[in-house]
Amino acid sequence: MKKILVLAFLCLFSIGLMAKGIELLGAGATFPYPLYSKMFSEYYRITGVKVNYQSIGSGGGLRQVKNKTVDFGASDAFVSDEKLKDFPAPIVHIPTVLGSVVIVYNLPGVKGLKLTPDVLSGIFLGRITKWNDERIQKINKGIKLPNLGIMVAHRADGSGTTFIFSDYMSKISTEWKEKVGRGKSLKWPCGMGGKGNEGVAGVVKQIPGAIGYVEFAYAKQNRMNVAALQNKAGNFVLPTLENVSKAADVDLPDDMRVSLTNSSAPQGYPIVGFTYIILYKDLKDGNLSYEHAKAVKKLVWWMTHEGQKYAKPLDYAPLSESAKKRVEKILNSLTYDGKPLN
Amino acid sequence: MDKGVKRILKLTGYLFLILLAGIVITLVYGSAASIRKFGLGFIWGKEWNPVSGHFGALPFIVGTLITSFLALLISFPFSMAISLFLGEYFKKGLIAKIIESATDLLAGIPSVVYGFWGLMVFVPVMRKIEMKFGILPYGVGILTASLILSIMIIPYTSSLVTEVLKLVPSDLKEAAYGLGATRFEVIKKVILPYTKSGILAGLFLALGRALGETMAVTMVIGNRNAIPHSLFAPGNTMASVIANEFTEATENLYLSSLIEIGLLLFVITVIVNYIGNKIIKRYSV
Repeated sequence: MKKILVLAFLCLFSIGLMAKGIELLGAGATFPYPLYSKMFSEYYRITGVKVNYQSIGSGGGLRQVKNKTVDFGASDAFVSDEKLKDFPAPIVHIPTVLGSVVIVYNLPGVKGLKLTPDVLSGIFLGRITKWNDERIQKINKGIKLPNLGIMVAHRADGSGTTFIFSDYMSKISTEWKEKVGRGKSLKWPCGMGGKGNEGVAGVVKQIPGAIGYVEFAYAKQNRMNVAALQNKAGNFVLPTLENVSKAADVDLPDDMRVSLTNSSAPQGYPIVGFTYIILYKDLKDGNLSYEHAKAVKKLVWWMTHEGQKYAKPLDYAPLSESAKKRVEKILNSLTYDGKPLN
Repeated sequence: MDKGVKRILKLTGYLFLILLAGIVITLVYGSAASIRKFGLGFIWGKEWNPVSGHFGALPFIVGTLITSFLALLISFPFSMAISLFLGEYFKKGLIAKIIESATDLLAGIPSVVYGFWGLMVFVPVMRKIEMKFGILPYGVGILTASLILSIMIIPYTSSLVTEVLKLVPSDLKEAAYGLGATRFEVIKKVILPYTKSGILAGLFLALGRALGETMAVTMVIGNRNAIPHSLFAPGNTMASVIANEFTEATENLYLSSLIEIGLLLFVITVIVNYIGNKIIKRYSV
């Protein structure tokens, strides 16, 4: 008995020793979670720094940053000017990868559907209710569209995916902007809700005639039919990783709080957005110790540089060179207790 | 020793009261912002718009009440049949044992499993039926949710009623048989009147469960935040909207409105329990 106790004690003790290295705590967006968990496990292997990331949702992540209970937060949507005032101290947004939202549909025998902004907003506003509507048929010459009711599937839970989607819709349709607007949860004019990306994907896969929006990786892994969208330049583009990255080839503001939807890049896919790490500009404001502050800066630097190679295999679009330059500038401007953090 | 036990029991009782009061206080405190902004209008407000910050609970109240009562209605004949079978016709024997443990097992299945089964098996069936009737084949919706709920609540009514049926004094039954009554007549004229309050208690237990069920309903109700215009239309319930929207409700008013829905659900449950107790008392022998 005694031996077992001693052994147990030793085990506990050794676990304690192992955990003695710095452990960082992060919380927020669910969208980049598969990528972050890959990045963090690699980072642990390379540096021995453990990162504990809880994917509780962007809203929860921002709340935790506000309450100073985490070392870093993560969010799919950037914080609006108005909401910035709610934070006790200035924060910075550091984009890590680009995410995209794709339109998936289920039409038996139909592939290569194209949609224009007009038709897309018509469908999601409940104005166009049949697939063989001439407005859809006109842009899809050569495809025989069935006489089938359109069933709109959307997210039931609040989500960054809905935010990016509605941000795009608000840009392309004034009616949408006035009636529905932009947010993580919306008052939907029509359709039904599924919980999570898997919920929406499930509805679309099951119901002939359904259309919905999900994250790119979801559509790809489930081999769903994806619609090509007409972008601002007038080209029909498919959401490939290249076209998603190209959407960020525009003038970026210094603080990186930018909506990339409806990008003017000629080959850019129109429904994309950055996903961000959120930090206090002066990390001491977030109740971080000096060691943690340094470790967080190192981690984020790694994520936006070496760590980018893990993005593509997991269907995330990596940062462009110009975006990386901006990120470096932001990271170099971080301070601790008023002094530059090196 | 006797004193010690008494003290512990008393303490546990009070602790429970304190806990309950604590929950109520937290709910009221959390929903203060929404109560101040919308007042009583929150209850009959039809709009739920997180973008513009207008919140009303009516679609969810309606969804909750319709699905719960419909589920109760659907489940009642089945749970009564099971109870009569187990409590009167076949009290002993292998088949009775199997059926009894099978219904008990129904109560033990996690609700997410019901939801998943509903989504994968039940919803496509509903969709086919809807297509035959020429309705937009959502598959999910108020009726689907009610059907899933009714299966989930059957064991609650049936196990309680089975026990109550077994409590009917055998001299009463024997007297009726002695008078030449058939088995059905005994059930109708002796057993059912005698067990009325027990059956009602079972029904209210099941109703309480149906009102608060979250996961399975969320998965099959369609999550549309509007008052459903037909049984086949998607809708939403109070528990389900909280589960769906809580994590990303960043604004204070939004969060507070969701908490107020929780408070209303609590109030509705209390009212249902109160009415239930009244009715049971009135019919008890």
